[in-house]
Amino acid sequence: MNALVIGCGRVGSSIALQLDREGWEVTAVDEKEEALTRLGDHWSGGFVLGHGMDIEVLREAGIEEADAVVVATDGDNTNIVIGQVAQQRFDNQCVVVRLLDPARAEFYRQRGLRTVCPTSVAIEVLLDAVRACEIRPAEAATT
Amino acid sequence: MYILVAGGGKVGANFARTLLQDGKREVTLIEQRRDRFERLEQELEHHVILGDATEIHILERAGIARPPDVVAALTGDDEDNLVISQLAREKYGVPKVIARVNDPRNQAHFDLLGVSPTVSATRGLMALIEHEVPEHDLVHLLELRKENLEIVEVMIDKGAPAAGRRVEALDLPEGSRLISIMRNGRSEIAVGSTELHPGDQVLAILQPGKEDELRRVLLKT
Repeated sequence: MNALVIGCGRVGSSIALQLDREGWEVTAVDEKEEALTRLGDHWSGGFVLGHGMDIEVLREAGIEEADAVVVATDGDNTNIVIGQVAQQRFDNQCVVVRLLDPARAEFYRQRGLRTVCPTSVAIEVLLDAVRACEIRPAEAATT
Repeated sequence: MYILVAGGGKVGANFARTLLQDGKREVTLIEQRRDRFERLEQELEHHVILGDATEIHILERAGIARPPDVVAALTGDDEDNLVISQLAREKYGVPKVIARVNDPRNQAHFDLLGVSPTVSATRGLMALIEHEVPEHDLVHLLELRKENLEIVEVMIDKGAPAAGRRVEALDLPEGSRLISIMRNGRSEIAVGSTELHPGDQVLAILQPGKEDELRRVLLKT
């Protein structure tokens, strides 16, 4: 199985390393060469230097043979465009897009893009933590 | 008419300024950078708002839900212009969306996602240079994407198959037509009886993809 990870920052590099450990053939794409260092000294997967909006870069990274594409650059709008290009132009069935803005994540989810919003996840976790605090004083009052 | 402009750089600011000049239109300009915003606000006052035009709540503050008659996505980032255009058209039903393409290599993304019409300074300049200093025998002057037509210019050379022949005698490809002939600095509308001479500059309208057929009829093969 081939995976393409576009954007090799903190999130992208961790996904690339984990998929690699799970036996995927992984190619990472980033416009900065330093991103390669995030993958460690023993990285045996692919790395393509370039911008994910560039069709030639995507081709070089093997988007046509990829079974999965993870889009996690630091720009929401960049991710939205790359995700749609991977899905609609290259007809990839498994495109996952990281978006920080919950509103845009929801809009593009409705349009059939598989978006993941860490902000929404964080909000849920934080709310749960606050609610857990609330329960305790209430419980204390009833006893 | 209400026009929403995203991006207050040179292009967006001048566009908004021009639209506001005749006083007939309502215009809101969205600019993200505070320094630019403050300069623009002194001039355009309440017509400018500060914020990222790809954020839904900023667009809504600018009245996108009304919706505007036209949204012009004119920022310096193609991905931002694409997202603004998609949000405007698909989420808010804006009837007319115009997007700026900064990097001509990104044109394919705009086409893929159905964002049209687009304006591109590079593409415009290239067409102008080709028109003024033609390197090819057939120059693209204007693309009418919605109509699926384009206007091209060709120069009739000495010895070209069309030289000395009348328009009605030409076996023009289906889906193409000659518009006008320019000779010695004067142009006339091409009709059936118009005769083509060497040195004529001919404007033609045709469906994209018919260029080679047109070339064969008018120019050398």
